Amino acid sequence: MEIQKFYYDNKIVRQFIWATIVWGVVGIIVGLLIALQLAFPVFNLDLSLTSFGRMRPLHTNAIIFAFVGNAIFAGVYYSLQKLLKTRMFNDTLSAINFWGWQLIILLAALSLTLGFTTGKEYAELEWPIDILIAIVWIVFGWNMIGTILVRRVKHIYAAIWWYLATFLGIAMLHVVNSFELPISLFKSYSIYAGAQDAVVQWWYGHNAVAFFLTTPFLGLMYYYLPKAVNRPIYSYKLSIIHFWSLIFLYMWAGPHHLLYQSLPEWAQALGTTFSVMLIAPSWGGMINGFLTLRGAWDKVRDSAALKFFVVALTAYGMATFEGPMMSLKNVNSITHFTDWTIAHVHIAGMGWNGGLTFGMLYWLIPVLFKTKLYSQKLANTHFWIATLAILLYAIPLYWSAVTQWLMWREYTPEGFLAYPNFMETLTQILPMYSIRIIGGTLFLIGFLLMVYNLVKTMTSGVCVANEAAEAPALEKLGPLNPRTETVHRWLERKGIQFSIVAFVVLAIGGAVQIIPMIFIKSNVPTLKTVTPYTPLELAGRDIYIREGCYTCHSQMVRPFRWETDRYGEYSKIGEFVYDHPYQWGSRRTGPDLGRAGNPVGPMYKNTSWHFNHFMDPQKMNEKSIMPKYAWLMVRGIDTSVIPRKIRAMQTLGVPYAEGYDAKALTDMEAQAKKIAEELKTAGIEVKPDREIIAIIAYIHKLGRDISPAAVPAPAATEKSNK
Amino acid sequence: MNIFYLLIGVSLLVALVFLGLFIWAVKSGQYDDYDTPPYRILFDDDTVKENSEQEQKTDQ
Repeated sequence: MEIQKFYYDNKIVRQFIWATIVWGVVGIIVGLLIALQLAFPVFNLDLSLTSFGRMRPLHTNAIIFAFVGNAIFAGVYYSLQKLLKTRMFNDTLSAINFWGWQLIILLAALSLTLGFTTGKEYAELEWPIDILIAIVWIVFGWNMIGTILVRRVKHIYAAIWWYLATFLGIAMLHVVNSFELPISLFKSYSIYAGAQDAVVQWWYGHNAVAFFLTTPFLGLMYYYLPKAVNRPIYSYKLSIIHFWSLIFLYMWAGPHHLLYQSLPEWAQALGTTFSVMLIAPSWGGMINGFLTLRGAWDKVRDSAALKFFVVALTAYGMATFEGPMMSLKNVNSITHFTDWTIAHVHIAGMGWNGGLTFGMLYWLIPVLFKTKLYSQKLANTHFWIATLAILLYAIPLYWSAVTQWLMWREYTPEGFLAYPNFMETLTQILPMYSIRIIGGTLFLIGFLLMVYNLVKTMTSGVCVANEAAEAPALEKLGPLNPRTETVHRWLERKGIQFSIVAFVVLAIGGAVQIIPMIFIKSNVPTLKTVTPYTPLELAGRDIYIREGCYTCHSQMVRPFRWETDRYGEYSKIGEFVYDHPYQWGSRRTGPDLGRAGNPVGPMYKNTSWHFNHFMDPQKMNEKSIMPKYAWLMVRGIDTSVIPRKIRAMQTLGVPYAEGYDAKALTDMEAQAKKIAEELKTAGIEVKPDREIIAIIAYIHKLGRDISPAAVPAPAATEKSNK
Repeated sequence: MNIFYLLIGVSLLVALVFLGLFIWAVKSGQYDDYDTPPYRILFDDDTVKENSEQEQKTDQ
């Protein structure tokens, strides 16, 4: 057998490690900032650039795509070469993957801060960045599959199956969810509307969790845990079973984010059913990880890396049990819209993704730099601080969730809401937000200790950029030979065929849920009284999206007495047919706004109240934690794009009359003038072309169309409905 | 609620298909010999000593 010499590319691994560390610090600091903002609104700094609605997407994107993303690449680029005994397929592709991804992160940070957002959670980035992501992601997949094709090892180890599923899953999710119609370089509209948009978005959102935060990390676990403990994975059979079942089941679970909401019952039931089934494959991974440590727990005592792996597996087991429980409708009525979800994702994010990344770095960096970890003691300190931080973060939020939910649904003996003022239920949980800040601060301190420890380790060793290695050439592989190998064994040596089968398995869940939602009319019953947004309301809606209002306010009244008493009539699917994108929200830090425009409803506030509230929420309500939006008074509505917006909406099927784009501006000015006059009678001087006018118009549209006292909609849109 | 009749039927069908697949997998020996791959990844004897870039440079 011919022995071939080749060089491992360690430089690319080192680059991704540095990026992981740098973006990790940034992501956690932004997280700390928004935690401070929730407890002390002064930290919004009264600037548009730093207000909560813009910083929160920045935090989630920075942690998921920057910190975790780079950790995935670092882990994959190292283990893939080692497992396949070859250099990465192509150095240029590796470089494009690295620099392209960092460019995306910088553009994301910049654009989210400036308010360029699609308004879809975890998919906020605007269309040019979406295209860039797709390109860089395909480069990553191309490089990975290329490496598989030039490998020197016949067998494709389990870790790599997960990497392949990650590539395929994210590629599919990202492309389908990002179908949007651009109206300018920085603005686009989701081609899906309302409930359809919601089902696609949560198919994506839930599976971004699956295929960005779970499958790649399971792959990393399958490589780094056995390596760090120097034991083979407990059960290879289990890894096969839980791989195929996990990638199949996950794709169905998205609708559990939309329980009790405006979604057909069949879709909700599917989401719940498959979420419960997901316990099995998820725990398969956890069990496989834990049992790999059997007989080696003494090593855990001595190694910080292994301790972090144990935290990661524990957090994974907890979160994947909790998730299915939260997908039961009765439990979901508690956890949805409260802080329970926030606690849940942080157990997973800090524990599973954080823990596994920390463990991997503590093991990998000494190996890569051919040295010893600078301080095992410091790493152990990091472990204790981080574990305590997770507890101090999550427990207060679970507490807060239950407290707030109990208060929302509390009735007096006379049959009235005990806490009709939403603010009371928020003030009650604010102390929990302060404890959460302590948890977050500790997590950051632990992270900084790790950075110091790792930098010291790196400087004490040498990372050979191109490390020479030898391995026998790969023998010629023939077709499937049923006598010497099984079907799965054959698949394990056929990267392309494996990927095709995995893709088919992945695609089923989404297809079953999304295709009927889009093509079967009865799934989205329309309401006659619901009219499209007027041009001014549409402009206001875009401001609502830009400021990230959906990060704190829902627009979805669930069919519970305690919600309909507080907000008004429960939300109907037909109300949202013109919503590109939908804005149902996922956390009610502030009250639901879905009925804010119903003039006879309990949520209605008049024009001057909204004006004063936007200018200074604390003036209207001393204990409010909403940021001030003074810039809405300064900035003028961008009128130049209004006709284009109307045409875009027409393209997407919103029934404005033919040629309405030409008249839109006149209508907009008339409606704006009316609102300005209303404000004038209340003694407020404001020019009708200010953004604040538009956003008030939008809020007064919410729920107006289905209210019994429905105000006749402005003429132009009424005509178009005929 | 009628959807549940369909769902139960579909679920049972899916479960049966998977049960069948599982039985087939065991019977056809898909799970035989899964000892070697997990062990193989633990051996990192591929890097060569006279290897590093510096060495390469001194060679030239």
